[in-house]
Amino acid sequence: MSVLAESLAGSRPRTPAARAVAALNRSVIHVALGLIGVIWLVPTIGLLVTSFRPRSDIQATGWWDIFALHLTLDNYRQVLEAQGMLQAFVNTVFIAVPSTVLPLAICALAAYAFSWVRFPFRDTLFLIVIAFLLVPVQVAFIPLLTMSRDLLPDLQLTRGYVAIWLAHTAFALPFGIFLLRNFFITLPPDMIEAARIDGASDFRVFSQIVVPVSVPAIAAYGIFQFLWVWNDLLMALVFVQDSSKFPMTRAIQNLLSQYGTEWHLLAAGAFLLMIVPLIVFFSLQRYFVQGLLAGSIK
Amino acid sequence: MRRARTPEGPNYGAAILFLLPAAILLVVFLLYPALYTILLSFNRGRNGVFSEWVGLDNYTRLFTDPDFINLSSFPPSGALWNNVLWIVFYTSIVIFLGLIIAVVAARVRYESILKAIVFIPMAIAATALAVIWKFVYAPDANIGLLNALLGTIGIAPISWLGDENLVNFALIAVGIWGSVGFATVILSAAVKSIPAEVIESARVEGATERQIFFRMILPMVSLPISVLAVTLVVNVIKLFDLIYVMTAGGPGKASRVIAFTMYQQAFQAGQYGYGSAVAVVMLVVLIPIMIYNVRRFRTGAVT
Repeated sequence: MSVLAESLAGSRPRTPAARAVAALNRSVIHVALGLIGVIWLVPTIGLLVTSFRPRSDIQATGWWDIFALHLTLDNYRQVLEAQGMLQAFVNTVFIAVPSTVLPLAICALAAYAFSWVRFPFRDTLFLIVIAFLLVPVQVAFIPLLTMSRDLLPDLQLTRGYVAIWLAHTAFALPFGIFLLRNFFITLPPDMIEAARIDGASDFRVFSQIVVPVSVPAIAAYGIFQFLWVWNDLLMALVFVQDSSKFPMTRAIQNLLSQYGTEWHLLAAGAFLLMIVPLIVFFSLQRYFVQGLLAGSIK
Repeated sequence: MRRARTPEGPNYGAAILFLLPAAILLVVFLLYPALYTILLSFNRGRNGVFSEWVGLDNYTRLFTDPDFINLSSFPPSGALWNNVLWIVFYTSIVIFLGLIIAVVAARVRYESILKAIVFIPMAIAATALAVIWKFVYAPDANIGLLNALLGTIGIAPISWLGDENLVNFALIAVGIWGSVGFATVILSAAVKSIPAEVIESARVEGATERQIFFRMILPMVSLPISVLAVTLVVNVIKLFDLIYVMTAGGPGKASRVIAFTMYQQAFQAGQYGYGSAVAVVMLVVLIPIMIYNVRRFRTGAVT
């Protein structure tokens, strides 16, 4: 228990009556927090249970009726094979990996320049990057689609993944540069000066000193960006036009508009979408929370 | 011969090499398109190209469109009004619950588990949140948990997402459920940064727990709360995925928000000039927050 928590709990009650009131207060707190835990867990658990129940059972009884519980993997089999969710899962990986690696590399390079290379108007340019943080992606949609249609018609960028890779990368830059630059400037100047005096080029300083010591910050940003892309629907709606290349978010949206109440398919599909973020969350919770906290400005 | 470099001298070569990839992408994918969209918003914009200059036509149409903003009825309606509802209820309730959980959970041993449970929705796609909650809200009391619970106290099933008076609040509740964990984590860190001696000395001087909360904890977390509020308002203005998957703006047009209207007008109705005007309104609404961020950063950099 933290020091603050102890001080918040107040001085020790002296009389039996005061002790009883304190105990009552504590049980009210436990009940309230327990209720919060239930409200935040039950909806997800309900969908998880449903994803393993046969279709006929789902229509007949609620998932909370544990006496009617028969479990099956049929829903997952059906959604993965017949509904193409396996392909959509692969597509999501295909979209998310380059859309994470590219911004990481480009942001780290730019953040190095903003931290350790001297050039005129550096601070002004960085303020422009900060202003770009909030530019809504919507202001770029129409021109980008028009440009790829009119200027590069033969490439058919939105038929493949190139359009969405580039769009995710570009829109990630202001935040990534901001975050990594704020970490890079906290590195000790002596470390960088010493390397330069030894004759190291900027690229060597970057790749052999700054990047290796910044792995925690880069990892936190990488996880944030990866989950951002993994969970995205809007960009995929605009920049992926070929239905065989749809990511899971679009596949689930399609399931929903085709069979609005086929809960056995929707539940299994939603869990396939959630599984990777949940694994990342539970295994890398510290980095994940750091990334999101730092990402609060996005 | 290699020129000796002083740390003070500008290094144009390195600056250009390190910044070039980012600069090209930002100009091609963000700056140029943003300027194009602003110009297109004054144009008919057929097919996404400059077809016919129409001046402020798109904007006058937009602000007289009752589906976008209708202030003549009570309560007002329209997509922009729904964003206002979101800002008022979502922002305040997320901060309120986040602060309560942060302060109260600090008093129990299972604090970290509880915070993790509340935080989990942050990891999940809005698309998945939408499926989870469409299921909770299902009108059939054999399927939807909420209507089943109401059934046990004798209330007939309610169509949460099918009633235009309820739909926005049902959606806002999902948004709150998804964001409280984020607020809790931020505010929990802020609450714990208050030195215990400060609070202890107040207590010695006779302050009650209530006074300590309102006069000491609250003022000291006011900066994190304002940063959080700004973040949540930005979330609301960019809100799209949840609405698109849960209701597609319906029933009718009752739950549309500004980002949904932009997508719908541009890509479903093919009105590119009009859609551009909606995108520009989104940008304009965010400009004060951009200025706030730049100012905050500059004062931070000076001190």
